[in-house]
Parts: sequence; structure tokens; C-alpha cells
Amino acid sequence: MKDINEDIAWAKINKDVLKSLENPRPLYWIILAVAIAMVAVGVGCEAYQYRVGMGVSNLNNPHMWGLYIATFIFWIGMSHSGTLLSAILHLMHADWRKPIYRFAEAMTTFSLMTAGLFVMVHLGRLWQFYYALPYPNERGIWPNFQSPLLWDAMAIFTYLSSSILFLYVGMIPDLAICRDNMKDGWRKKLYTALALGWEGTDRQWRNFRVTYLTIACFLIPLAVSVHSIVASDFAMSQQPGWHVTSFPPYFVAGALYSGCAAIITLFIILRYTFKFEEYMTLSILKKTVRLTFAISMVWTYLNLIEFASVWYGHDQASKDVLIQKATGVFAPFWWMMIFCGSIVPLILAFKRFQTNIPVLLAVSLLLNLGMWLERWMIVAPTFSHGYYPWTWDNSQWPSFVQWGIVFGSFGWFTLLFMLFCKIFPSVSMYEVKEMVYHRTLAKKNLGTAKGGH
Amino acid sequence: MSVSNLLSNWSEFRHTHPVDDVPHDPYKWAMAVDLDACTGCNACSIACYAENNLPVVGKEKYSHGHVMHWIRVERYWDEDGREFPDQGAQFLPMMCQQCEAAPCETVCPVGATNHTPDGLNSQIYNRCIGSRYCSANCPFKVRYFNWYDYPTTDDVWPAEMTQQLNPDVSVRGKGVMEKCTFCVQRLTVVKGNAKSEGRIVREGEVQTACQQACPTGAISFGNIVDPESRVHKQWQAQQVELAKDVQAKDTGEVASDLRGYRILEELRAYPSVMYLERVRELAPAKSEHHSA
Repeated sequence: MKDINEDIAWAKINKDVLKSLENPRPLYWIILAVAIAMVAVGVGCEAYQYRVGMGVSNLNNPHMWGLYIATFIFWIGMSHSGTLLSAILHLMHADWRKPIYRFAEAMTTFSLMTAGLFVMVHLGRLWQFYYALPYPNERGIWPNFQSPLLWDAMAIFTYLSSSILFLYVGMIPDLAICRDNMKDGWRKKLYTALALGWEGTDRQWRNFRVTYLTIACFLIPLAVSVHSIVASDFAMSQQPGWHVTSFPPYFVAGALYSGCAAIITLFIILRYTFKFEEYMTLSILKKTVRLTFAISMVWTYLNLIEFASVWYGHDQASKDVLIQKATGVFAPFWWMMIFCGSIVPLILAFKRFQTNIPVLLAVSLLLNLGMWLERWMIVAPTFSHGYYPWTWDNSQWPSFVQWGIVFGSFGWFTLLFMLFCKIFPSVSMYEVKEMVYHRTLAKKNLGTAKGGH
Repeated sequence: MSVSNLLSNWSEFRHTHPVDDVPHDPYKWAMAVDLDACTGCNACSIACYAENNLPVVGKEKYSHGHVMHWIRVERYWDEDGREFPDQGAQFLPMMCQQCEAAPCETVCPVGATNHTPDGLNSQIYNRCIGSRYCSANCPFKVRYFNWYDYPTTDDVWPAEMTQQLNPDVSVRGKGVMEKCTFCVQRLTVVKGNAKSEGRIVREGEVQTACQQACPTGAISFGNIVDPESRVHKQWQAQQVELAKDVQAKDTGEVASDLRGYRILEELRAYPSVMYLERVRELAPAKSEHHSA
């Protein structure tokens, strides 16, 4: 099986990708409509909560954090695999990433935007959120630089702006192609402005390569640090179940895991709706699936390590939280997390399922369900079994407002993502051409099509 | 402040945070609660509602865990096999422990909760953005969040009752965190009076509302730096020291008729509230049930 057919004409690549900007399958519009409806639900819930107070979310003392923070971590995590595909694999010269890194990078950007919303939604006084930003003011008051939440805010803003930059810079040659092939209209104006006068001269290509590589190198440590800092929100606290040294790498592994699963989901959807069968080939899907399988096993391993270190660590409070997760009110969700996160991915080890699209769609959704549950199981159980016995017998269930906003966030992400794919080329044209070129070269030199880069 | 100093004695470092003055001179407010004297009558809690303008949230919101009692009287049941009416209960009044190395202070993203030079853990309502990280990190869960806009909620303060609000205490709007302040409004007044007379606050000059209302005198409150204060004497008699995380009672080196301890000391939050263990026997079981 080949990653891509080496005799695709370059003009055909342009044509096929440009067609995705105008002529998707009807499923596209259905997805868009559903996404808008979901956003409406989320916005309604948030407006209600904003007006009446946080109490409508049914959070309480001691359950101060709930689905908002859990879903926040989930979306932050989702953003990581975009960077994995576009930056890390770029440095490793993995050619197979080329047709799929653009949408993965877009996924990074939009899931970060969604995550940012949850920080806002969570705040009791949303209208004062800017107090948490280090802006100069005449009162001379700064935020508290000791607080992991502040590190969070900074890390997310840095990562978000860097990934927007990375996404944009990588798109410039493609935007020029769009510009050159569009009839007059708003699209032509948009692409003309965004292409920054790209002409494809040698000098431009050289500068472009250097810039792209530089941002890629800059982005990798950022991606790792962002989720480590999100992990610090918990690891730096004092609470049993959160105060775990291994949280930062554990969070990063979980992030890559859920991100890769999301890439499989979106791969399958895009491939169908935008008729990208020739570019998003099954061979590439297979490589993504194998990567996901590997990461799922890393995640499982880190999970086991955490359980073992809590179990043998003789910290009774942490141990109680773990026992409570496995046997208390959260037990069904906790075991579901183990099932979805560690058992379901075993299917991916079998060759015949690695290219089976219906199975992969179902599995990738289950993996992300597991990863969402994982985040919830990190946040919630600690509140119902903390250090202080007074907190132990409280039960709390998120209200429809919390569920509604979580639900709405999936619509919001899908909406942004689908709009992006319709307005910007979601397959990188110039990199696919490169990939085709590399293959023809390899064929010429070796006389076989085995090459790659 | 070198790193090694910071690591070797974190509590000492927190004493001077955030101002660079002499630690606790001339004030360090502290409390002692005698659990043997506590009858669980809840008068302290009621007094606190009246003094600090706490919203009475009603049954419905109480059942959702939105109650705002800054001091709560917790019940712990004897586990000796007896069923409810006969089962003995022990009471523990719990309020903000005004920790010296308070876990809530370091995590607040906007610095809305801080240490004051007189050893209080203060909360600035106007600065709070409601991230609730302080409460998430509080080992005692004694911070209360304004889940609703109580001042505009009809059944919390009916119109005719707004005249009853304490004018010295601000009424909190929705979305901010609040907690026990050791009745800081009273402390401010007496500190001002004392300063204008060129002295420090004398023992007995100020009481917290809960202390004032306690019918058995279980709560004592005062300036622990002042050797004349009852709190100072109690802490000293119990050999409980502010900057230690294991007290004499628990080291096993001293013959133990000592009763003083602080809750969850091993977390090294260095609370300012000392509790005195109960010495009463458990309530005797009704003998007729057990007679052969």
C-alpha cells in the first residue's frame, strides 16, 4: 500500500483541493447545521448561568470544580497532536504527515480556543477575568505569579498565538495558489491579503523554510510545557489524588492520545465530506492508527505507574481517593475510562482493523470518550473524598447547565473547524506535491516504489 | 530570602509574607476551641450570621450544598454499635483556620487572598474573580462561594430586614469567595482605638462574635503575642507552637495529659486555631439493653 500515488499530476492536486473550498458533499452542511444548534444550546446555558449565578451549575462546597475544568483539560489535550504531527514529525521528515498535518494544526488552534472558553465559563465573575492578566494598571496591582492558574493563562495564550502563527505561515504558499485560481469576489480579496504577495521565488522559499522550521522548533517545547502546566494546576495543589509527581508527563501522554484519536475521527469525516480519498489514503490512516496505539499503551503504562505509586506510597488520603474512584459513586465512570482508554485501543493492534473505517470511527470516538472521562475522574473524585471528613458524604451531580455547556463546546469546535476547512485548503497542496516528488525521485533512483523520504 | 532558607523553614517565610516587617509584632490573632466545653448548640454559627451579614439561603439551596455558614458545627458519631438516638455525638466547630502557610493564598491567580501582618488570612472581595482555586486547595473546605446574588434574592434578606445588616461588613455579591475573618471589623476598631492611645490591644478588649455567643466559653480568642492573653496561656499550657508541625502531645516524649492539637497539622499549613481534645467519657450506653 502506498501513502500516495506518485503519478498524480500537480494540476490535479490544485484542482482537487480547491474543489473542497466550494463543493463538499451534503454531509458537510448537515454537520454545520448540527454544530450551530449545539452552540446555541451552550450559549443559552452560559447566558443563564451568567445571569443567575454559578449556583445553577450545581457545583457546591466542597465540589468547587466540575465538568468545566475537566472539559477544559480535555480540549487543551486535544490540541497537542496537531503539534505532534505538524512540528515533531516535520523535524523527523515523516513524509506521510503531509496531507493531514494542516487539519491537525487547525484542530490544535480551535481546540485551544474552545479550552480558553472554559476558563471563562468557569469563573464566578466572568466580567472581571482580566484581573488574571498581567497588564499594567494605575493601581500597580499584578496577578499572583505563584498561582498555577496564572501560568496556565500565560501558557495557553502563548501556545495559541504560536500555533495560529504556525498554521498561517505554513499556509502561505497554498493561499497564493488559492489567490491565483479564484475568480473575483470576497475569497479572492481574502487570499490576496493573506498570501502576502507570495510569488514562489527561490528567496521566498528559502525564507519560508527557515521561518517554518524555526516556529516548529519553538512550538514543540511549548506544547509539552502547556500541558505540564495544566497538570501543575493539580500537581502543585495539596489535595489527595491531585498531588502526584508524575502528573505532567501523564497529562502530556493523555493529551497526545486524545489528540491522535481526534485526528482519526476528523480524518475519516474530512476524507468523506471533501472527497479527499486520493490524498488521505488508507496507508496514512494506518500509520496514524499505529501511532495512536503506541501512545495508548504509553498512557496505560503511566496510569498503572500512578496507581502503583499511590497504592504503595503509604499516603492514606491519596489511597482512599483511589479506592473511592474504583468503588464509590464514580466507579462506573472510572471503570468506563479504563475500558475505553486501555482495552478498546487493543483493537488497533490488529492489522485488519487498522484500515477499517467504520470500526476506526467508532473506536476513535470511544477513545475520546475515555479520555474525557479520565479528565473528569481526575477533577471530581478528589472533591468528594478530600482530607477533611466533613467532605466525605457529599454527593453532587452536574446540572443540565454544565452538561449543556460541555455539549455546546463540541458544537463550537466543530463549527470553527468545519468553517476553516471550507475557507482554507485543509490539505497542504505544496507539501503533497513535495511528497509526490519525493516518491517519483525514489522510484527513479531505486527502481522501486519503496522509498519515501 | 535565599532558597535554602525558604526550604528549611517555610512557615517562617510565610510569617513575613507579603510585607517585609517583623513577624507578628505586635499582633497575631489566634484561637483556642475547647471541644470538651462545646455542646453543639450552634449559637456561634447564629452569631456569625448576624455579625457578618451571611445570607440565609433556605432549605432548597442548603440541600444543594450552597449554605454559607462561616463557622459550622460538625457532628461526628461514636462508633460503638449503638443506633441513632442513643448513639453519642461529638461536636467540632469549624471555621477558617487562618493558616500561617495558607494553601489558599499561593494558588489564587489574582492575589485576592493574602496574609496580613497581624496573622490573618484576608479575603479581598473586590479582587476575587471566582476561580475557586483557593477552596479547591483548602484542606478544611471552609471557604464559601457566592453561588447566587444573595443581596438581590428576595427570601435571603426581606426588605424590612436589610436594616438589620451590620454596617461594618460589606455585603457580598455573586461570584466571590468568602470565609471567616476572625471578625476583622471588630479587630480594626480596637486596633485603631489602641493606636490612638499609644498602646496595644488589651486582653478582653475584643471578642469574636462566635466567642461572644458561646454559652460555655468554649472559644477563646486573642493576641497570642501578648503574654497576658488567655489564648497565649492556653497555647503555652498545651505546649502547642505556631511554627511547629508536630506538637508535644503527639511526639510521645511528654507524659500526655496535654489536649492541644491543630487539625491536619501534617499538611504544614500551620493553622491559628488550636483545639482541645474532649476528655469526657463517651455517653454511657443504656444498661438495660445490655443486661443479661
